[in-house]
Amino acid sequence: MTTQAIHTFGLTRQFDTVRAVDGLTLDVAPGTIFGFLGPNGAGKTTTIRLLLGLLEPSAGDAQVLGYDVRTAAAEIRTRSGALLEHSGLYERLSAQDNLEFFARIWHLPAAGRQERIRELLTHMQLWERRQEPVGRWSHGMKQKLAVARTLLHRPELVFLDEPTAGLDPVAAAALRDDLESLAEQEGVTVFLTTHNLAEAERLCDQIGVIRRGRLVAVGAPQELRTHSSTPRVEIAGSGFDADVLSQLRGRSEVAGVHVDGDRLIIDLKRDVEVAPLVSLVVSAGGAVEGVHKETATLEEVFLTLMEEQAEA
Amino acid sequence: MINDIMTLLWKESREVLEQGGRRGRYTPLIFLAVFGIFMPLQFGRDMIETPVVLLFFSWVPLFLVSSVVADSFAGERERHTLETLLASRLSDRAILLGKLFTAIGYGWGLTILSLMVGLVTVNVVYWSGAVLLYPAYIALGGVVLSLLAAGVAAGAGVLVSLRAATVRQAQQSISLGVMVLVFGPTLGLQFLPAAWQTRLAGWLSGANLTSVVLGVVGVLLVLNVVLFVVVSARFQRTTLILD
Repeated sequence: MTTQAIHTFGLTRQFDTVRAVDGLTLDVAPGTIFGFLGPNGAGKTTTIRLLLGLLEPSAGDAQVLGYDVRTAAAEIRTRSGALLEHSGLYERLSAQDNLEFFARIWHLPAAGRQERIRELLTHMQLWERRQEPVGRWSHGMKQKLAVARTLLHRPELVFLDEPTAGLDPVAAAALRDDLESLAEQEGVTVFLTTHNLAEAERLCDQIGVIRRGRLVAVGAPQELRTHSSTPRVEIAGSGFDADVLSQLRGRSEVAGVHVDGDRLIIDLKRDVEVAPLVSLVVSAGGAVEGVHKETATLEEVFLTLMEEQAEA
Repeated sequence: MINDIMTLLWKESREVLEQGGRRGRYTPLIFLAVFGIFMPLQFGRDMIETPVVLLFFSWVPLFLVSSVVADSFAGERERHTLETLLASRLSDRAILLGKLFTAIGYGWGLTILSLMVGLVTVNVVYWSGAVLLYPAYIALGGVVLSLLAAGVAAGAGVLVSLRAATVRQAQQSISLGVMVLVFGPTLGLQFLPAAWQTRLAGWLSGANLTSVVLGVVGVLLVLNVVLFVVVSARFQRTTLILD
């Protein structure tokens, strides 16, 4: 039995001629937030369905919370919460009834049920409108209610498909805080998909990038940024003549150097200390006014990965 | 398991009452007014005493069940709630039985209620000095027939709803099926050769009513079992997600 919250090995799902998930091998540690990124149709939703036992794998294995998706899917669903592609709310029913229904499904004791519903609706700022049919609500309000429903029974693992889609910036930030606190303080494992790469970068402990069903990169956001891109140093100033450039090109850690207006741009082969390079520029006659070291954003890494995969 | 079925019933009954908004909430009352008051007023004591009322017991649940059962799975699919329901801890059997029992309960419950209201109406309007009751064979036969008819309608309806892409598609198929079931035999008889018609009429007039009712009960019972087996086999999470 695995100690990982999620463990897959060669997980594959074939639909006729399309391989929606192709040999996915992945580990998600308990109490972490795992971001699953990929373009539309990459296989994210199919992966979640496989992990919840809603679809049978065509090949490979997967264990979720120690349970096999083929033989113990009911156990997985009992211990998980899921906000899928659609909010899945009953629009004819009120917010209170929606949560009441799912509280009964998860056998929440009658005594604590109303208290838990009140706690969540109040936290999501929906308590005052709890008696209204959900169909009259805005998309953002429905999304908040769907998140509340997902967390209602205090699951060990939550699957969230685009949880902040449609939320206003304040609500999205509040939800991110909630998810962080869930993982850090309550040890809940969060498996989320998002197209918001800044959000993934800020929130996730680990990120997996999937394209055409294949996992093309996985790691901590910082690892992905450094492994998938070359760091760059920009030095603002003057006196960046041929001698400066020549000396820099002679350094083993420098991949390339060029001047753009009043900026000297140095592409590095790896992540190294910048101070020796700045000293070299100064000693070669350059006047330095400012130094800025940048690594690629997760968005740039993502786009690069997509381009590389497309070319491959 | 029973708790889970009750949970589904709780949700489904709320949804049935909210179906079509305010109109949906009044539908049962309109039904009771027509079949519990208007028709007994028209037919008087015959509504209580003649065996023809057994036909009413058998047909009415078909219409009632068909009005709600189309929504059971096609509605969940159309409104994008099915996947969330399937991702919950509810077992396949609990979901299926919850849906079936809701439809049966609605059709059977309203039929029985309308017959009780009809009994009161006839007694009040056509009072003859003594309380008029359904004869025992009609009461018992009616309760059993309406339950089994509701079961057949619910089983067939859920089967159609499972396969339909939209509620409208399911409603059209179910309505067509009910029409064929209710009016088919009557129309079909017209096309039988005259000699057959005479022989059939002779057999019916000479037949023991209890035997006929028991025969119909037997057929409906078999249909219920067959439909339940087929629906159970068809209801698989992993295939429903793909539909």
